[in-house]
Amino acid sequence: MHQREHRIYDPAMECISRDELHQLQSERLAATVKLEYENVPMYRARMDEAGVKPEDIRSVEDLKYLPFMEKTDLRDYYPFDLLAAPKSEIVRIQGSSGTTGKPIVSGYTRNDIEVWSQMMARTLTAAGATKDDIVQVTYGLGLFTGGFGAYQGADKIGAMVIPMSSGNTARQIMMMKDLGTTLLCCTPSYATYLGETIREMGIDPAKDLKLKAGCFGAEPWTEEMRERIEGLLEIDACDIYGLTEISGPGVAFECLEKQGMHINEDHVIAEIINPTTGEQLPYGMPGELVFTTITKTGMPMMRYRTHDICTLTDDKCRCGRTFARMGRITGRTDDMLVIRGVNVFPSQIESVLVRADGVAPHYMLIVDRVNSSDTLEVQVEMTEDMFGDTVAHIENVRKYITGQIKSVVGIASKVTLVAPKSIPRSEGKAKRVIDNRKL
Amino acid sequence: MFIEQISVFLENRNGALREMTQLLGNAGVDMLALSVADTQNFGIIRMILASGATDDALKLLRDNGYIAKINHVICAKVPDRPLGLCELLDIVEKADLSVEYMYSFLRASKPGEAHMILRLSNGEKAAKVFDMHGVGMMSQEEVDAL
Repeated sequence: MHQREHRIYDPAMECISRDELHQLQSERLAATVKLEYENVPMYRARMDEAGVKPEDIRSVEDLKYLPFMEKTDLRDYYPFDLLAAPKSEIVRIQGSSGTTGKPIVSGYTRNDIEVWSQMMARTLTAAGATKDDIVQVTYGLGLFTGGFGAYQGADKIGAMVIPMSSGNTARQIMMMKDLGTTLLCCTPSYATYLGETIREMGIDPAKDLKLKAGCFGAEPWTEEMRERIEGLLEIDACDIYGLTEISGPGVAFECLEKQGMHINEDHVIAEIINPTTGEQLPYGMPGELVFTTITKTGMPMMRYRTHDICTLTDDKCRCGRTFARMGRITGRTDDMLVIRGVNVFPSQIESVLVRADGVAPHYMLIVDRVNSSDTLEVQVEMTEDMFGDTVAHIENVRKYITGQIKSVVGIASKVTLVAPKSIPRSEGKAKRVIDNRKL
Repeated sequence: MFIEQISVFLENRNGALREMTQLLGNAGVDMLALSVADTQNFGIIRMILASGATDDALKLLRDNGYIAKINHVICAKVPDRPLGLCELLDIVEKADLSVEYMYSFLRASKPGEAHMILRLSNGEKAAKVFDMHGVGMMSQEEVDAL
Protein backbone atom coordinates (compact mmCIF):
# COMPACT_ATOMS: atom_id res chain seq x y z
CA MET A 1 0.00 0.00 0.00
CA HIS A 2 1.35 3.38 -0.90
CA GLN A 3 1.89 6.02 1.76
CA ARG A 4 -0.98 8.48 1.81
CA GLU A 5 -0.67 12.14 2.47
CA HIS A 6 -2.48 12.87 5.71
CA ARG A 7 -3.89 16.29 6.50
CA ILE A 8 -4.49 17.12 10.13
CA TYR A 9 -6.56 20.14 11.17
CA ASP A 10 -5.21 20.52 14.67
CA PRO A 11 -1.98 18.50 14.93
CA ALA A 12 -1.10 19.79 18.39
CA MET A 13 -4.28 18.32 19.81
CA GLU A 14 -4.93 15.43 17.45
CA CYS A 15 -1.40 14.05 17.91
CA ILE A 16 -1.14 14.80 21.66
CA SER A 17 0.64 12.16 23.75
CA ARG A 18 -1.69 9.73 25.52
CA ASP A 19 -0.34 10.88 28.89
CA GLU A 20 -1.04 14.54 28.22
CA LEU A 21 -4.45 13.63 26.87
CA HIS A 22 -5.23 11.69 30.03
CA GLN A 23 -4.32 14.70 32.10
CA LEU A 24 -6.43 17.02 29.94
CA GLN A 25 -9.41 14.66 29.98
CA SER A 26 -9.21 14.29 33.75
CA GLU A 27 -9.22 18.07 34.29
CA ARG A 28 -12.05 18.64 31.86
CA LEU A 29 -14.08 15.76 33.28
CA ALA A 30 -13.80 17.10 36.82
CA ALA A 31 -14.88 20.58 35.69
CA THR A 32 -17.81 19.22 33.68
CA VAL A 33 -19.07 17.02 36.51
CA LYS A 34 -18.95 20.03 38.83
CA LEU A 35 -20.90 22.08 36.28
CA GLU A 36 -23.49 19.32 35.93
CA TYR A 37 -23.87 18.79 39.66
CA GLU A 38 -24.28 22.48 40.39
CA ASN A 39 -26.63 23.35 37.54
CA VAL A 40 -28.73 20.32 36.62
CA PRO A 41 -31.06 18.99 39.33
CA MET A 42 -31.26 15.61 37.62
CA TYR A 43 -27.50 15.09 37.75
CA ARG A 44 -27.38 16.23 41.37
CA ALA A 45 -30.14 13.76 42.31
CA ARG A 46 -28.56 10.88 40.40
CA MET A 47 -25.11 11.51 41.85
CA ASP A 48 -26.46 11.89 45.36
CA GLU A 49 -28.29 8.63 44.92
CA ALA A 50 -25.06 6.97 43.77
CA GLY A 51 -23.21 8.55 46.72
CA VAL A 52 -20.78 10.45 44.47
CA LYS A 53 -19.77 14.07 44.95
CA PRO A 54 -18.13 16.21 42.25
CA GLU A 55 -14.88 16.25 44.26
CA ASP A 56 -14.73 12.43 44.05
CA ILE A 57 -14.20 12.70 40.31
CA ARG A 58 -10.57 13.64 39.82
CA SER A 59 -9.46 11.57 36.86
CA VAL A 60 -10.70 9.52 33.93
CA GLU A 61 -10.45 6.41 36.15
CA ASP A 62 -13.18 7.84 38.40
CA LEU A 63 -15.64 7.84 35.53
CA LYS A 64 -16.87 4.41 36.57
CA TYR A 65 -18.46 5.82 39.72
CA LEU A 66 -20.80 8.07 37.75
CA PRO A 67 -24.35 7.08 36.81
CA PHE A 68 -25.35 6.33 33.22
CA MET A 69 -27.67 8.40 31.06
CA GLU A 70 -30.17 6.91 28.66
CA LYS A 71 -32.05 8.28 25.70
CA THR A 72 -35.22 8.07 27.79
CA ASP A 73 -33.71 10.67 30.13
CA LEU A 74 -33.67 13.16 27.27
CA ARG A 75 -37.35 12.46 26.67
CA ASP A 76 -38.23 12.65 30.37
CA TYR A 77 -36.44 15.97 30.84
CA TYR A 78 -37.57 17.39 27.49
CA PRO A 79 -37.00 20.06 26.42
CA PHE A 80 -34.86 22.20 28.77
CA ASP A 81 -34.46 20.41 32.11
CA LEU A 82 -31.01 19.08 31.31
CA LEU A 83 -29.53 22.46 30.43
CA ALA A 84 -26.49 23.38 32.49
CA ALA A 85 -26.47 26.95 31.15
CA PRO A 86 -29.13 29.68 31.36
CA LYS A 87 -31.52 29.57 28.42
CA SER A 88 -30.24 32.97 27.30
CA GLU A 89 -26.82 31.39 26.65
CA ILE A 90 -28.30 28.78 24.30
CA VAL A 91 -27.81 29.82 20.69
CA ARG A 92 -29.06 26.73 18.89
CA ILE A 93 -31.45 23.80 19.21
CA GLN A 94 -30.92 20.59 17.25
CA GLY A 95 -33.02 17.48 17.47
CA SER A 96 -33.00 13.81 16.68
CA SER A 97 -34.30 12.62 13.36
CA GLY A 98 -37.13 10.23 12.70
CA THR A 99 -37.81 8.89 16.18
CA THR A 100 -41.32 8.09 17.28
CA GLY A 101 -43.20 10.15 19.80
CA LYS A 102 -41.52 13.21 21.28
CA PRO A 103 -38.27 14.21 19.63
CA ILE A 104 -35.17 14.65 21.71
CA VAL A 105 -33.59 18.05 21.57
CA SER A 106 -30.22 19.36 22.53
CA GLY A 107 -29.31 22.95 23.40
CA TYR A 108 -25.96 24.42 22.30
CA THR A 109 -24.11 27.37 23.77
CA ARG A 110 -21.75 29.41 21.59
CA ASN A 111 -18.96 27.25 23.04
CA ASP A 112 -20.77 24.03 22.07
CA ILE A 113 -21.23 25.17 18.49
CA GLU A 114 -17.52 25.98 18.40
CA VAL A 115 -16.61 22.54 19.81
CA TRP A 116 -18.85 20.80 17.32
CA SER A 117 -17.54 22.87 14.38
CA GLN A 118 -13.99 22.02 15.40
CA MET A 119 -14.78 18.31 15.48
CA MET A 120 -16.29 18.53 11.99
CA ALA A 121 -13.38 20.63 10.69
CA ARG A 122 -11.05 17.84 11.84
CA THR A 123 -13.36 15.28 10.24
CA LEU A 124 -13.39 16.94 6.83
CA THR A 125 -9.66 17.68 6.96
CA ALA A 126 -8.98 14.00 7.71
CA ALA A 127 -10.82 13.16 4.47
CA GLY A 128 -8.47 15.55 2.67
CA ALA A 129 -10.40 18.83 2.73
CA THR A 130 -8.66 22.23 2.63
CA LYS A 131 -9.88 25.78 2.04
CA ASP A 132 -9.54 25.10 -1.69
CA ASP A 133 -12.23 22.44 -1.57
CA ILE A 134 -15.87 22.66 -2.59
CA VAL A 135 -18.04 20.78 -0.12
CA GLN A 136 -21.51 19.68 -1.11
CA VAL A 137 -23.73 19.02 1.89
CA THR A 138 -26.69 16.84 1.04
CA TYR A 139 -27.57 16.04 4.62
CA GLY A 140 -30.80 17.77 5.54
CA LEU A 141 -30.24 21.24 6.99
CA GLY A 142 -32.69 21.49 9.82
CA LEU A 143 -33.19 20.08 13.28
CA PHE A 144 -31.19 17.01 12.21
CA THR A 145 -27.53 17.62 13.03
CA GLY A 146 -26.08 16.20 9.80
CA GLY A 147 -26.52 19.26 7.60
CA PHE A 148 -25.46 21.96 10.04
CA GLY A 149 -22.56 19.86 11.31
CA ALA A 150 -21.07 19.43 7.85
CA TYR A 151 -21.76 23.06 6.97
CA GLN A 152 -20.06 24.40 10.10
CA GLY A 153 -17.02 22.17 9.72
CA ALA A 154 -16.49 23.12 6.08
CA ASP A 155 -17.06 26.79 6.93
CA LYS A 156 -14.45 26.60 9.67
CA ILE A 157 -11.87 25.23 7.25
CA GLY A 158 -12.75 28.03 4.86
CA ALA A 159 -13.88 25.67 2.12
CA MET A 160 -16.66 26.64 -0.29
CA VAL A 161 -19.89 25.14 1.00
CA ILE A 162 -22.86 24.20 -1.16
CA PRO A 163 -25.68 23.70 1.37
CA MET A 164 -27.90 21.61 -0.91
CA SER A 165 -29.78 19.81 1.86
CA SER A 166 -31.38 16.49 0.93
CA GLY A 167 -33.37 15.42 -2.10
CA ASN A 168 -33.65 16.37 -5.78
CA THR A 169 -30.95 14.08 -7.08
CA ALA A 170 -30.90 15.56 -10.59
CA ARG A 171 -30.18 18.99 -9.17
CA GLN A 172 -27.55 17.59 -6.79
CA ILE A 173 -25.72 16.06 -9.75
CA MET A 174 -26.07 19.20 -11.86
CA MET A 175 -24.53 21.36 -9.12
CA MET A 176 -21.85 18.75 -8.45
CA LYS A 177 -20.87 18.90 -12.10
CA ASP A 178 -21.25 22.63 -12.71
CA LEU A 179 -19.59 23.86 -9.51
CA GLY A 180 -16.95 21.12 -9.40
CA THR A 181 -17.74 19.63 -5.99
CA THR A 182 -14.66 17.94 -4.53
CA LEU A 183 -16.05 16.63 -1.26
CA LEU A 184 -19.44 15.09 -0.59
CA CYS A 185 -21.23 14.85 2.76
CA CYS A 186 -24.28 12.58 2.89
CA THR A 187 -25.50 9.22 4.09
CA PRO A 188 -23.75 6.17 2.59
CA SER A 189 -27.02 4.96 1.09
CA TYR A 190 -27.56 8.29 -0.64
CA ALA A 191 -23.95 8.27 -1.85
CA THR A 192 -24.60 4.87 -3.42
CA TYR A 193 -27.79 6.16 -5.03
CA LEU A 194 -26.01 9.26 -6.33
CA GLY A 195 -23.25 7.07 -7.74
CA GLU A 196 -25.67 4.73 -9.46
CA THR A 197 -27.62 7.64 -10.93
CA ILE A 198 -24.43 9.31 -12.14
CA ARG A 199 -23.38 6.09 -13.88
CA GLU A 200 -26.85 5.63 -15.42
CA MET A 201 -26.68 9.16 -16.79
CA GLY A 202 -23.45 8.23 -18.53
CA ILE A 203 -21.36 10.61 -16.43
CA ASP A 204 -17.78 9.45 -15.94
CA PRO A 205 -16.73 10.60 -12.45
CA ALA A 206 -13.04 10.54 -13.38
CA LYS A 207 -13.56 12.79 -16.39
CA ASP A 208 -16.72 14.81 -15.75
CA LEU A 209 -16.56 15.34 -11.96
CA LYS A 210 -13.94 16.64 -9.54
CA LEU A 211 -14.99 14.57 -6.51
CA LYS A 212 -12.11 13.21 -4.45
CA ALA A 213 -13.62 12.14 -1.14
CA GLY A 214 -16.77 11.84 0.91
CA CYS A 215 -17.70 11.77 4.60
CA PHE A 216 -20.57 9.39 5.04
CA GLY A 217 -22.48 8.68 8.20
CA ALA A 218 -25.77 8.87 10.11
CA GLU A 219 -26.43 5.19 9.41
CA PRO A 220 -24.43 1.99 9.75
CA TRP A 221 -22.68 0.69 6.65
CA THR A 222 -20.21 -2.00 5.65
CA GLU A 223 -16.86 -2.42 3.91
CA GLU A 224 -18.75 -3.78 0.91
CA MET A 225 -20.73 -0.55 0.69
CA ARG A 226 -17.51 1.42 0.96
CA GLU A 227 -16.03 -0.47 -1.99
CA ARG A 228 -19.18 0.09 -3.99
CA ILE A 229 -19.29 3.85 -3.29
CA GLU A 230 -15.57 4.25 -3.97
CA GLY A 231 -15.99 2.37 -7.25
CA LEU A 232 -19.09 4.24 -8.38
CA LEU A 233 -17.83 7.73 -7.55
CA GLU A 234 -14.05 7.09 -7.75
CA ILE A 235 -13.43 8.72 -4.39
CA ASP A 236 -12.19 7.91 -0.89
CA ALA A 237 -15.21 7.14 1.26
CA CYS A 238 -14.69 7.91 4.96
CA ASP A 239 -16.95 6.87 7.79
CA ILE A 240 -18.08 9.34 10.41
CA TYR A 241 -19.94 8.85 13.66
CA GLY A 242 -21.97 11.16 15.78
CA LEU A 243 -25.14 11.64 17.70
CA THR A 244 -27.24 14.64 18.59
CA GLU A 245 -27.05 13.85 22.30
CA ILE A 246 -23.27 14.35 22.23
CA SER A 247 -23.14 17.13 19.60
CA GLY A 248 -23.78 15.69 16.16
CA PRO A 249 -21.65 14.27 13.36
CA GLY A 250 -17.90 14.35 13.94
CA VAL A 251 -17.75 12.79 17.40
CA ALA A 252 -15.50 10.27 15.62
CA PHE A 253 -14.14 10.25 12.10
CA GLU A 254 -12.01 8.19 9.79
CA CYS A 255 -8.75 9.35 8.29
CA LEU A 256 -7.66 8.13 4.86
CA GLU A 257 -6.17 5.01 6.45
CA LYS A 258 -9.80 3.89 6.90
CA GLN A 259 -8.90 1.79 9.91
CA GLY A 260 -11.59 2.87 12.34
CA MET A 261 -12.83 6.26 13.46
CA HIS A 262 -10.69 8.60 15.57
CA ILE A 263 -12.65 9.82 18.56
CA ASN A 264 -12.32 13.52 19.38
CA GLU A 265 -11.04 12.62 22.80
CA ASP A 266 -10.27 16.14 23.93
CA HIS A 267 -14.04 16.75 23.83
CA VAL A 268 -15.49 13.37 24.74
CA ILE A 269 -14.41 10.31 26.71
CA ALA A 270 -15.42 7.00 25.20
CA GLU A 271 -15.92 3.82 27.19
CA ILE A 272 -16.92 0.31 26.24
CA ILE A 273 -19.11 -1.41 28.81
CA ASN A 274 -20.75 -4.75 29.32
CA PRO A 275 -24.37 -3.83 28.52
CA THR A 276 -25.73 -6.22 31.13
CA THR A 277 -23.56 -5.33 34.11
CA GLY A 278 -22.42 -1.82 33.20
CA GLU A 279 -18.80 -2.78 33.92
CA GLN A 280 -16.07 -1.18 31.85
CA LEU A 281 -14.40 -3.46 29.33
CA PRO A 282 -10.80 -3.20 28.14
CA TYR A 283 -9.85 -1.93 24.67
CA GLY A 284 -10.35 -4.59 22.02
CA MET A 285 -13.41 -6.15 23.64
CA PRO A 286 -16.74 -5.58 21.92
CA GLY A 287 -19.38 -3.95 24.03
CA GLU A 288 -21.65 -0.94 24.34
CA LEU A 289 -20.21 2.43 23.47
CA VAL A 290 -20.67 5.12 26.15
CA PHE A 291 -19.78 8.80 25.77
CA THR A 292 -19.13 11.50 28.31
CA THR A 293 -18.78 15.07 27.09
CA ILE A 294 -16.04 17.09 28.75
CA THR A 295 -16.20 20.48 27.03
CA LYS A 296 -19.91 21.08 26.43
CA THR A 297 -21.60 23.68 28.58
CA GLY A 298 -25.17 23.81 27.21
CA MET A 299 -26.30 20.25 27.62
CA PRO A 300 -23.35 18.18 28.82
CA MET A 301 -23.80 14.41 28.86
CA MET A 302 -22.59 12.07 31.56
CA ARG A 303 -21.90 8.45 30.52
CA TYR A 304 -24.48 8.45 27.76
CA ARG A 305 -25.32 4.91 26.65
CA THR A 306 -25.47 4.74 22.86
CA HIS A 307 -26.58 1.09 22.75
CA ASP A 308 -24.24 0.78 19.77
CA ILE A 309 -21.84 -2.16 19.83
CA CYS A 310 -18.23 -1.69 18.76
CA THR A 311 -14.64 -2.05 19.91
CA LEU A 312 -12.03 0.60 20.74
CA THR A 313 -8.32 0.64 20.11
CA ASP A 314 -5.60 3.09 21.10
CA ASP A 315 -3.00 1.57 18.78
CA LYS A 316 -1.17 4.36 17.01
CA CYS A 317 -2.62 5.11 13.59
CA ARG A 318 -0.37 5.52 10.57
CA CYS A 319 -1.85 8.98 10.02
CA GLY A 320 -0.06 10.19 13.15
CA ARG A 321 -3.15 10.92 15.25
CA THR A 322 -3.08 9.57 18.77
CA PHE A 323 -6.83 9.72 19.37
CA ALA A 324 -8.27 6.26 20.04
CA ARG A 325 -10.32 4.72 17.29
CA MET A 326 -13.69 3.01 17.34
CA GLY A 327 -14.47 0.21 14.92
CA ARG A 328 -17.59 0.10 12.83
CA ILE A 329 -20.84 -0.19 14.70
CA THR A 330 -21.50 -3.90 14.39
CA GLY A 331 -24.84 -4.05 16.13
CA ARG A 332 -27.11 -2.76 18.82
CA THR A 333 -27.33 -4.03 22.38
CA ASP A 334 -30.85 -5.14 21.46
CA ASP A 335 -29.20 -7.80 19.24
CA MET A 336 -27.23 -9.20 22.16
CA LEU A 337 -27.83 -12.77 23.25
CA VAL A 338 -27.07 -14.16 26.67
CA ILE A 339 -26.06 -17.79 26.24
CA ARG A 340 -25.03 -19.78 29.31
CA GLY A 341 -24.56 -16.44 31.02
CA VAL A 342 -22.16 -15.11 28.38
CA ASN A 343 -22.96 -12.04 26.31
CA VAL A 344 -22.84 -12.96 22.65
CA PHE A 345 -23.10 -10.52 19.77
CA PRO A 346 -23.90 -11.89 16.33
CA SER A 347 -21.18 -9.52 15.08
CA GLN A 348 -18.54 -11.51 17.01
CA ILE A 349 -19.54 -14.67 15.19
CA GLU A 350 -19.53 -12.72 11.96
CA SER A 351 -15.98 -11.53 12.60
CA VAL A 352 -14.90 -15.16 12.90
CA LEU A 353 -16.60 -16.07 9.64
CA VAL A 354 -15.28 -13.17 7.61
CA ARG A 355 -13.16 -14.53 4.82
CA ALA A 356 -9.99 -13.11 3.37
CA ASP A 357 -11.92 -10.76 1.11
CA GLY A 358 -13.74 -9.31 4.09
CA VAL A 359 -17.16 -10.77 3.40
CA ALA A 360 -18.86 -13.13 5.80
CA PRO A 361 -20.84 -16.02 4.38
CA HIS A 362 -24.54 -16.09 5.20
CA TYR A 363 -25.10 -17.54 8.66
CA MET A 364 -27.75 -18.13 11.28
CA LEU A 365 -27.49 -18.58 15.04
CA ILE A 366 -29.93 -21.01 16.57
CA VAL A 367 -30.20 -20.85 20.31
CA ASP A 368 -32.09 -23.48 22.25
CA ARG A 369 -32.31 -24.89 25.72
CA VAL A 370 -31.82 -28.64 26.18
CA ASN A 371 -31.97 -30.17 29.68
CA SER A 372 -31.89 -26.67 31.18
CA SER A 373 -28.63 -25.86 29.40
CA ASP A 374 -28.36 -23.37 26.54
CA THR A 375 -27.14 -24.59 23.18
CA LEU A 376 -25.81 -22.58 20.29
CA GLU A 377 -25.83 -23.89 16.77
CA VAL A 378 -24.11 -21.82 14.10
CA GLN A 379 -25.28 -22.63 10.60
CA VAL A 380 -22.90 -21.38 7.97
CA GLU A 381 -23.46 -21.52 4.25
CA MET A 382 -20.63 -23.27 2.45
CA THR A 383 -18.42 -21.09 0.28
CA GLU A 384 -15.89 -22.04 -2.36
CA ASP A 385 -13.07 -20.97 -0.04
CA MET A 386 -14.17 -23.42 2.62
CA PHE A 387 -14.99 -26.29 0.28
CA GLY A 388 -12.66 -29.16 -0.51
CA ASP A 389 -13.10 -32.58 -2.05
CA THR A 390 -12.45 -34.58 1.11
CA VAL A 391 -14.61 -34.97 4.17
CA ALA A 392 -11.50 -34.43 6.28
CA HIS A 393 -10.94 -31.00 4.73
CA ILE A 394 -14.49 -29.87 5.42
CA GLU A 395 -14.37 -31.31 8.94
CA ASN A 396 -11.17 -29.33 9.56
CA VAL A 397 -12.86 -26.12 8.39
CA ARG A 398 -15.76 -26.87 10.71
CA LYS A 399 -13.45 -27.57 13.64
CA TYR A 400 -11.48 -24.42 12.91
CA ILE A 401 -14.63 -22.27 12.98
CA THR A 402 -15.81 -23.99 16.16
CA GLY A 403 -12.44 -23.32 17.80
CA GLN A 404 -12.40 -19.68 16.71
CA ILE A 405 -15.91 -19.09 18.03
CA LYS A 406 -14.88 -20.67 21.31
CA SER A 407 -11.85 -18.40 21.61
CA VAL A 408 -13.58 -15.17 20.48
CA VAL A 409 -16.98 -15.59 22.14
CA GLY A 410 -15.94 -17.91 24.92
CA ILE A 411 -18.60 -20.54 24.52
CA ALA A 412 -18.83 -23.89 22.79
CA SER A 413 -21.06 -24.13 19.75
CA LYS A 414 -22.11 -26.65 17.18
CA VAL A 415 -21.12 -25.48 13.72
CA THR A 416 -23.10 -26.88 10.81
CA LEU A 417 -22.05 -26.23 7.24
CA VAL A 418 -25.07 -25.97 4.97
CA ALA A 419 -25.65 -25.52 1.26
CA PRO A 420 -25.56 -22.04 -0.28
CA LYS A 421 -28.91 -20.22 -0.25
CA SER A 422 -30.36 -22.73 2.20
CA ILE A 423 -30.64 -20.19 5.04
CA PRO A 424 -33.74 -18.05 4.49
CA ARG A 425 -33.11 -14.46 3.44
CA SER A 426 -35.14 -11.73 5.05
CA GLU A 427 -36.20 -8.45 3.52
CA GLY A 428 -34.19 -5.50 4.76
CA LYS A 429 -32.24 -6.12 7.95
CA ALA A 430 -30.80 -9.63 7.93
CA LYS A 431 -32.24 -11.95 10.54
CA ARG A 432 -29.29 -13.70 12.16
CA VAL A 433 -30.77 -15.30 15.23
CA ILE A 434 -33.47 -17.83 16.02
CA ASP A 435 -33.97 -18.14 19.75
CA ASN A 436 -36.05 -21.21 20.53
CA ARG A 437 -35.62 -20.97 24.29
CA LYS A 438 -38.88 -20.86 26.17
CA LEU A 439 -37.96 -18.57 29.00
CA MET B 1 -0.76 -38.36 -15.06
CA PHE B 2 -3.51 -36.44 -13.25
CA ILE B 3 -7.06 -36.11 -14.45
CA GLU B 4 -9.69 -33.51 -13.68
CA GLN B 5 -12.45 -34.23 -11.22
CA ILE B 6 -15.37 -32.06 -10.23
CA SER B 7 -16.38 -32.07 -6.59
CA VAL B 8 -19.69 -30.61 -5.42
CA PHE B 9 -20.98 -29.76 -1.95
CA LEU B 10 -24.47 -31.15 -1.44
CA GLU B 11 -26.86 -30.70 1.39
CA ASN B 12 -27.90 -33.98 3.01
CA ARG B 13 -31.59 -33.94 2.12
CA ASN B 14 -34.01 -35.87 -0.06
CA GLY B 15 -33.75 -34.95 -3.69
CA ALA B 16 -30.47 -33.04 -3.52
CA LEU B 17 -28.51 -35.57 -5.60
CA ARG B 18 -31.36 -36.10 -8.04
CA GLU B 19 -31.62 -32.33 -8.63
CA MET B 20 -27.92 -32.07 -9.37
CA THR B 21 -27.85 -35.05 -11.74
CA GLN B 22 -30.94 -33.67 -13.48
CA LEU B 23 -29.23 -30.31 -13.99
CA LEU B 24 -26.16 -31.98 -15.48
CA GLY B 25 -28.17 -34.57 -17.43
CA ASN B 26 -30.38 -31.94 -19.07
CA ALA B 27 -27.22 -30.22 -20.24
CA GLY B 28 -26.08 -33.48 -21.84
CA VAL B 29 -23.24 -34.12 -19.39
CA ASP B 30 -22.09 -37.74 -19.32
CA MET B 31 -20.54 -39.05 -16.14
CA LEU B 32 -17.73 -41.53 -16.42
CA ALA B 33 -17.29 -41.97 -12.70
CA LEU B 34 -19.17 -40.87 -9.62
CA SER B 35 -18.74 -41.14 -5.90
CA VAL B 36 -20.85 -39.92 -3.01
CA ALA B 37 -19.24 -39.20 0.34
CA ASP B 38 -21.85 -38.58 2.95
CA THR B 39 -21.78 -37.32 6.49
CA GLN B 40 -24.67 -36.56 8.78
CA ASN B 41 -24.99 -33.01 7.53
CA PHE B 42 -23.61 -32.87 4.03
CA GLY B 43 -22.36 -34.86 1.10
CA ILE B 44 -19.49 -34.45 -1.33
CA ILE B 45 -20.12 -35.61 -4.87
CA ARG B 46 -17.07 -36.35 -6.98
CA MET B 47 -17.29 -36.92 -10.72
CA ILE B 48 -15.18 -37.53 -13.77
CA LEU B 49 -16.96 -36.19 -16.84
CA ALA B 50 -16.73 -37.22 -20.47
CA SER B 51 -15.29 -35.33 -23.43
CA GLY B 52 -13.84 -32.29 -21.77
CA ALA B 53 -17.17 -31.21 -20.27
CA THR B 54 -15.59 -30.35 -16.93
CA ASP B 55 -15.24 -26.57 -17.37
CA ASP B 56 -18.77 -26.15 -18.74
CA ALA B 57 -20.21 -28.35 -16.01
CA LEU B 58 -18.38 -26.32 -13.35
CA LYS B 59 -19.86 -23.11 -14.72
CA LEU B 60 -23.32 -24.64 -14.95
CA LEU B 61 -23.15 -25.86 -11.35
CA ARG B 62 -21.88 -22.52 -10.03
CA ASP B 63 -24.46 -20.57 -12.01
CA ASN B 64 -27.08 -22.68 -10.31
CA GLY B 65 -25.81 -21.88 -6.85
CA TYR B 66 -23.75 -25.00 -6.20
CA ILE B 67 -20.37 -24.89 -4.51
CA ALA B 68 -18.11 -26.85 -6.85
CA LYS B 69 -14.40 -27.14 -7.53
CA ILE B 70 -12.06 -28.86 -9.94
CA ASN B 71 -9.42 -31.11 -8.37
CA HIS B 72 -6.74 -33.30 -9.85
CA VAL B 73 -6.73 -36.99 -9.05
CA ILE B 74 -4.86 -40.09 -10.19
CA CYS B 75 -6.66 -42.72 -12.21
CA ALA B 76 -4.79 -46.01 -11.98
CA LYS B 77 -5.28 -48.88 -14.41
CA VAL B 78 -5.77 -52.02 -12.39
CA PRO B 79 -6.05 -55.61 -13.66
CA ASP B 80 -9.72 -56.61 -13.43
CA ARG B 81 -9.19 -59.86 -11.48
CA PRO B 82 -9.10 -60.98 -7.85
CA LEU B 83 -6.25 -59.28 -5.95
CA GLY B 84 -5.84 -56.64 -8.69
CA LEU B 85 -6.77 -53.78 -6.35
CA CYS B 86 -4.95 -55.38 -3.44
CA GLU B 87 -1.68 -55.32 -5.37
CA LEU B 88 -2.12 -51.63 -6.09
CA LEU B 89 -2.84 -50.88 -2.44
CA ASP B 90 0.24 -52.87 -1.46
CA ILE B 91 2.33 -50.43 -3.50
CA VAL B 92 0.55 -47.51 -1.84
CA GLU B 93 1.16 -48.88 1.63
CA LYS B 94 4.81 -49.71 1.08
CA ALA B 95 5.38 -46.18 -0.22
CA ASP B 96 3.97 -44.86 3.06
CA LEU B 97 1.05 -43.23 1.29
CA SER B 98 -2.54 -43.28 2.44
CA VAL B 99 -5.78 -43.33 0.52
CA GLU B 100 -8.04 -40.37 1.22
CA TYR B 101 -10.72 -41.66 -1.08
CA MET B 102 -11.13 -44.00 -3.98
CA TYR B 103 -13.82 -44.91 -6.48
CA SER B 104 -14.00 -46.52 -9.86
CA PHE B 105 -15.08 -45.75 -13.38
CA LEU B 106 -18.61 -46.83 -14.18
CA ARG B 107 -17.48 -48.73 -17.26
CA ALA B 108 -14.20 -50.19 -18.42
CA SER B 109 -12.59 -48.95 -21.60
CA LYS B 110 -10.82 -52.22 -22.21
CA PRO B 111 -11.81 -55.74 -21.13
CA GLY B 112 -9.75 -56.97 -18.21
CA GLU B 113 -8.83 -53.49 -16.99
CA ALA B 114 -10.49 -51.45 -14.24
CA HIS B 115 -9.93 -47.75 -13.65
CA MET B 116 -9.54 -46.69 -10.05
CA ILE B 117 -9.67 -43.01 -9.17
CA LEU B 118 -7.52 -42.23 -6.17
CA ARG B 119 -6.85 -39.30 -3.96
CA LEU B 120 -3.70 -40.10 -2.02
CA SER B 121 -1.97 -38.28 0.79
CA ASN B 122 0.77 -37.18 -1.63
CA GLY B 123 -0.32 -37.16 -5.27
CA GLU B 124 3.05 -36.29 -6.81
CA LYS B 125 4.84 -39.00 -4.91
CA ALA B 126 2.10 -41.53 -5.74
CA ALA B 127 2.38 -40.80 -9.44
CA LYS B 128 6.15 -41.43 -9.33
CA VAL B 129 5.77 -44.62 -7.30
CA PHE B 130 3.07 -45.97 -9.64
CA ASP B 131 5.23 -45.18 -12.62
CA MET B 132 8.16 -46.97 -11.02
CA HIS B 133 6.05 -50.05 -10.37
CA GLY B 134 4.65 -50.09 -13.90
CA VAL B 135 1.14 -49.13 -12.83
CA GLY B 136 -0.63 -47.53 -15.80
CA MET B 137 -2.36 -44.18 -15.25
CA MET B 138 -5.02 -42.60 -17.40
CA SER B 139 -4.09 -39.27 -18.96
CA GLN B 140 -6.63 -36.50 -19.43
CA GLU B 141 -6.46 -37.16 -23.18
CA GLU B 142 -7.39 -40.79 -22.63
CA VAL B 143 -10.31 -39.78 -20.44
CA ASP B 144 -11.51 -37.23 -22.97
CA ALA B 145 -11.32 -39.87 -25.70
CA LEU B 146 -13.59 -42.27 -23.81
